Amino acid sequence: MSLRLGLTPRSLTGHLLLLAAGVAAPFLFPGHTVQLAVFWVFVLFALTWDIMGGQMGYNSLGNILFFGLGMYVCAVAQIAIVYDVAQYTAASGAIKVDFSPKEYYQGLVLGVVLAAIVPVVFAVVLSWILFGLRGPYYAIGTLGVAIAAAELTNSWNYVGGGMGIAMPVFPGGPGMRERFFYAACMAATILCYLFLRWLYRTRFSLAINAIRDDEDKAEALGLHTARYKMVAWSVSAFFLGIAGALFGNMTGFIEPMETAFPTLTFGIFMVAMTLLGGKGTLWGPIIGSTLFYALREVTWTYLLGWQYIALGILIIVNVVYFQQGIVGWLRQRRPRWFASQAETPADKALETGGKA
Amino acid sequence: MWENLQILGLAPVFNVQLWLNGVTVAAVFCLVAYGLALVWGVTSVKNLAQGDLVMMGGYGAWEFAKHGVHPVLALIPVSAIMFVFGWIIYKLIIRRVIQLDLFTSLLATFGLAITIQQSLNLAFGPDVRTVQSGFGSLELFDGMVEITQIKLIAFGLCVLLAIAMVLFLKKSRMGQAIRATAQDPRAARVLGVNTDLVYAMTFSINAAICGAAGVLIAMIWVIQPFYGIAYSVRAFVIVTAAGLGNLPGVIVTALGLGVLEQYSGFVLGAQFQQATIVGLLLAILIWRQMALLRQRKTLQ
Repeated sequence: MSLRLGLTPRSLTGHLLLLAAGVAAPFLFPGHTVQLAVFWVFVLFALTWDIMGGQMGYNSLGNILFFGLGMYVCAVAQIAIVYDVAQYTAASGAIKVDFSPKEYYQGLVLGVVLAAIVPVVFAVVLSWILFGLRGPYYAIGTLGVAIAAAELTNSWNYVGGGMGIAMPVFPGGPGMRERFFYAACMAATILCYLFLRWLYRTRFSLAINAIRDDEDKAEALGLHTARYKMVAWSVSAFFLGIAGALFGNMTGFIEPMETAFPTLTFGIFMVAMTLLGGKGTLWGPIIGSTLFYALREVTWTYLLGWQYIALGILIIVNVVYFQQGIVGWLRQRRPRWFASQAETPADKALETGGKA
Repeated sequence: MWENLQILGLAPVFNVQLWLNGVTVAAVFCLVAYGLALVWGVTSVKNLAQGDLVMMGGYGAWEFAKHGVHPVLALIPVSAIMFVFGWIIYKLIIRRVIQLDLFTSLLATFGLAITIQQSLNLAFGPDVRTVQSGFGSLELFDGMVEITQIKLIAFGLCVLLAIAMVLFLKKSRMGQAIRATAQDPRAARVLGVNTDLVYAMTFSINAAICGAAGVLIAMIWVIQPFYGIAYSVRAFVIVTAAGLGNLPGVIVTALGLGVLEQYSGFVLGAQFQQATIVGLLLAILIWRQMALLRQRKTLQ
């Protein structure tokens, strides 16, 4: 398996060290477990956005749609197995339903499974509609879909409308909920990372890179571009749905504008993180999200009220003055570090022939 | 919903009211969309901060009104300030993204939109505001239909501004240079047009138009720091539906959208107004795609 993932002994050691740090983190900082779990969700955001934005050149501004969709699907499924959803949401938290641990975990598993499937179905249907749009039209179209989803959920009373849903209470002890969902978020992100690591070594990545470089030529060469685009978006939707389900349960209360479909916060964070790290690379999104997360923690704490201005300026500076991102910059300055990835003649030509 | 539809059927004057409201507001959006189309056509930058520039203009009028300047008179200083602001933004940001791919410009202006709306929020607070112009209102059809005079004045000012804009583009040297650059920047450069200056002028003029539109919006409607993005989406709906460089199209679409919005707000309820706009944008984009698909089929 390690061969298929392209892990050398040295990089394997590095991965294991990072894994150990991830496992140890909630024990070292027990008061910040939820914040650390948010970090893993951020990494997952950036990784899933990069499938489309970086590798395929389709810049979606509305991927947050799948996150919120997963969140709501999971919540409804969890409640529906023991209670009437409409009554539960109409009471807006007044009804306290005691979920037995068995019911809770059953509901959670069912919810997460559905939260992975339903967004994929949406991605397939939406890709049929939206992928005719190219370039900026696609970005604006996806942004529109996400805003529309937020507005519609906001006025749909069955799922609580703007009042939101109070999620089922976790059956474990006080510190257990945070640790449980920290582990779940971390597992989902690692799963996503390994899957993408494998995926980017298959023909699939060549195909989506071809779509990025020149879609018309790729199509002319017999590539079934529509199908590749659909699959790529579905992969994003799959992992984002799971992340949404876990995130909703971790926060304990969900509502459409700020938690489920926050187009202007999380939805933009994904893009900003990926661009900061360098799009179109596997580690760019991860490095970008780590740095962004650290920056966000600092600005959110010390620049009260100014944090979104800082975010806006960060995006502008990043896009205008630092387009290639951290990994892209390193690749230009230290091509040797990326030598193992530049083994094929095509890659070598690309590196020596300057920027393509 | 059905009751509201019945009301429209039973009392036809309500239709007149909706039309009047729709048309006057739409006239202002017409200006905003025209500015967007101008920048889009000349520099190929899709300015997502368009609505936030409008909001800036609105708050400018609010600030002037606080110091005792009548908002209609504030139109000129606000436009001038916004022109300078547009120039600075061009030099700092837009100039560097014109050469890059389209998504970069979209994202850069999106970052600009976030910065502007949050700065406005810090400076003026999140309250929904409107600037009092002190004009009375007219009553038509025995008081069944009411329209404020300021809406009519704003409509007139919009028409004047639009005419001035068209004359500027058609007659002045700068206007000719702008149109030449829109047609072929390279050829224009060869023939001695300073395209960098043209781009700067275009973006600054757009900012000034947005500022003027913001002053009018603040008087006839409401301003709030976070409404900018909704205004940008509206402008995009109009421009994508009408197509670039199609001024009559922009006018007709803007008016149609304004009236449609009033109807949907009346029939479905105000909370669906934004969803209607976004739904319409998607419908237009998908319709365009269908047209593209037909074209591709023919090619095959």
